[in-house]
Amino acid sequence: MSIQEKEQEIIDEFAIYEDWMDKYEYIIELGKDLPLIEEKYKTEDRLIKGCQSQVWLHAETKDGKMKFTADSDAIITKGIIALLIRVVDNESPSDVATSQFSFIKEIGLQEHLSPTRSNGLVSMVKEMKLNALKAVK
Amino acid sequence: MDIQAIRSQFPILEEKVHGKPLVYFDNGATTQKPLSVIHRLSDYYTKENANIHRGVHTLSQEATTAYENARNTIQKYIGAKENHEVLFTKGTTDSINLVAYSFGELLQAGDEIIISAMEHHSNIVPWQLLCERKGCKLRFIPMDDKGDLMLDTYVELLSEKTKLVAVTHISNSLGTVNDVKFIIDKAHGVGAKVLIDGAQSIQHIKVNVQELDCDFYAFSGHKLFGPTGIGVLYGKEEILNQMPPYQGGGDMIKEVKLEQSTYNTLPHKFEAGTPNIAGGIGLGTAFEFLNSLDMDKVHKHEQELLEYATTALKKIEGIQFYGQAKEKTSVISFLIEGLHPYDVGTLLDKMGIAVRTGHHCTQPIMDQFCIPGTIRVSFALYNTKEEIDLFISALERIIPMLKN
Ligand SMILES: Cc1ncc(COP(=O)(O)O)c(C=O)c1O
Repeated sequence: MSIQEKEQEIIDEFAIYEDWMDKYEYIIELGKDLPLIEEKYKTEDRLIKGCQSQVWLHAETKDGKMKFTADSDAIITKGIIALLIRVVDNESPSDVATSQFSFIKEIGLQEHLSPTRSNGLVSMVKEMKLNALKAVK
Repeated sequence: MDIQAIRSQFPILEEKVHGKPLVYFDNGATTQKPLSVIHRLSDYYTKENANIHRGVHTLSQEATTAYENARNTIQKYIGAKENHEVLFTKGTTDSINLVAYSFGELLQAGDEIIISAMEHHSNIVPWQLLCERKGCKLRFIPMDDKGDLMLDTYVELLSEKTKLVAVTHISNSLGTVNDVKFIIDKAHGVGAKVLIDGAQSIQHIKVNVQELDCDFYAFSGHKLFGPTGIGVLYGKEEILNQMPPYQGGGDMIKEVKLEQSTYNTLPHKFEAGTPNIAGGIGLGTAFEFLNSLDMDKVHKHEQELLEYATTALKKIEGIQFYGQAKEKTSVISFLIEGLHPYDVGTLLDKMGIAVRTGHHCTQPIMDQFCIPGTIRVSFALYNTKEEIDLFISALERIIPMLKN
């Protein structure tokens, strides 16, 4: 599945939720199911400190594809991480580097990717792309 | 007190957020504005706008009068001796920076400044900058685990080296009401001056600067039902006259020669440039609104809300309160075991309830409690028990969602 197809799949999944609380219930489930970053990778240099919540991100390249694992202390942040990773995991570095994550806006979660929210997600997306760019070279 | 009559003066309280009626519990960050203030701002721009202190034409005269009347209203309300002891600033932060710069110019290496462990960043960082600039030393009044300042230690910190004590009247994170009268009297005993950060006070309790005998008192308009971008520094005339100007520009000078200028008298000496005229006038109106209230009744109402909410929250399993001082305003900071404040705040928002999460610009307090932040609800006079009921039932819905 391409990044675009994966994004569309998520948009379709979210379309069935009319109520905000149902939507968040789903995000929280995703957060709980997020395959955790290995404990040994939860180091200071992989920590992205937000004012509101913190994120750990570990990126590697295997057979020309990007692999991401991550964690956060806040479960909603974690749920959104799960969505972001689902879209770009196992994709080529150049596709990850140019990905816009525009589906986040479509499913109404844009606020979580706002720099003023200070939850670590904006920096995490930046970090994902930087890692991808390094792998392109 | 007729809460419904008060609520009807605050149109924003009728708003819906995510389709739910707004429950606004973030009054510590900023308060909502009554119609009188909103109308005053639009009337000013509609009918009166002109620059002040510099025109002979009618509008300029009228705007000047309105601005100066606002100063007089504020002077009377806070009990300042002279109207020129009321300086308009951008807000609390600006007021504190003014003192840190100008009063700071009078200090020397080795002089000491005392602040407390519960200060807002805006009453910490300006003093750190001053200490770097002048080689002064910063000392701290510690806080106990209930959120009360340890005043015995404070008294021991005081010496003839102490030149300034800068403490908050009321803590924005914990609600603690400090015994500032005691702090001021003890400081004066060693000849030190005192600045009180009043950002969280005037909207909750009656303040009289002459009775307190503080040397400086700083506050923001937006936290007491007035506009943003305007605030006040009260300072005793004698000290303000000794201090050099803060910023240079128009309005603050008597005579300008290319080589050197002479400075204007108070308050203009500290009000360089075109001020926030609409803001000043609107702040005057906010004080008229305060004048229309019985602050004892406001205080009683807010204390009832505090008690009602605290009692209800105590029933929640795993709740931990931060700030249980002897005397508190209507602020509750808490955490629920296993729940992250970001998640709770996000979900409450989706249910129309506005609370604050995070460190509330008081990282040293969070460090003392070894927590990254709290969930904070802070009530104002227009809040109700019904709103607290909505908040509690929202929490009851959210908690099982977030718990594993
Ligand atoms: C105790 C205290 N001091 C200072 C400030 C800073 O006020 P402002 O941002 O309006 O300058 C605040 C506001 O959050 C506060 O609560």
